[in-house]
Amino acid sequence: MSMSNETAAPKRPSGFWSYANPVKFLGLTERVLPALWLLSGLSLVVGLIWGFFFTPDDFRQGSTVKIIYLHVPSALMAINAWFMMLVASLIWLIRRHHVSVLAAKAAAPVGVAMTLIALFTGAVWGQPMWGTWWAWDPRLTSFLILFLFYLGYMALWAAIEDPDTAADLTSVLCLVGSVFAVLSRYAVNFWNQGLHQGASLSLDKEENVADVFYFPLLVCIAGFVLLFFALVLYRTGTEIRLRRARALLAREARA
Amino acid sequence: MMPDLGKYADAVLSAYGVSILLLVALVLLTIVQGRRARRALIAIEKRSRNDG
Repeated sequence: MSMSNETAAPKRPSGFWSYANPVKFLGLTERVLPALWLLSGLSLVVGLIWGFFFTPDDFRQGSTVKIIYLHVPSALMAINAWFMMLVASLIWLIRRHHVSVLAAKAAAPVGVAMTLIALFTGAVWGQPMWGTWWAWDPRLTSFLILFLFYLGYMALWAAIEDPDTAADLTSVLCLVGSVFAVLSRYAVNFWNQGLHQGASLSLDKEENVADVFYFPLLVCIAGFVLLFFALVLYRTGTEIRLRRARALLAREARA
Repeated sequence: MMPDLGKYADAVLSAYGVSILLLVALVLLTIVQGRRARRALIAIEKRSRNDG
């Protein structure tokens, strides 16, 4: 049996994984961000103006139905932002790609803002409809806990000096918090109690809101999704630059 | 042009006002932090090159 003396060249990651290279990732963001900012701004302006000015009142909820264009997209993004962070954290834990955990870190403040919007709009919608700003309903409670997890995640990043240790611990926290992200989405199905109704949008058309509210809502959701991606890509770029700056400063200090 | 929001005007307007304010603040903060990081990195890289 002969052994080859040839040494195999290290295999370069291709496709999706090639964006684990910070330089390549920054190149991608520079290319796609202008279009993302423009599309998200356009969708939000069109969706919100359509929803606010050109949709009728609901026969039961009156004009409060207009809050749906903010409440549903922000709640959807608050939950899905955490799932995006979960996937990015798992990639960090398994493959140790820095860009991925920096993307999770970058998404957290966006998720906090989305959760805050969902909680606030839910409260001001709930007051006239349910007669209370807040109820310890399964979905509302798990949503509040998700908000606290977002704050805890950001606080943990800020509290730990070593970036790799911070990345490890925040990734584990993200795994734990995912339980509440799932509960925020499915609590209504798990427990048939509480004030909050089921999904406003569903693949089962019978459950959906009326078309007159549905189409502007879809445009608003598109706007929130695109804004989320624009913000996370931009913020990940910022995190990559801050990390590089810290590394250069550390090198200077050692020299 | 302004729709008649009736007795729920406070609820609807405060929901829109606070949400739009939060979104605008988030975008502005993101851009300010990004530009600051970009400038800082350029300055450090320049200094590193000059120092050899």
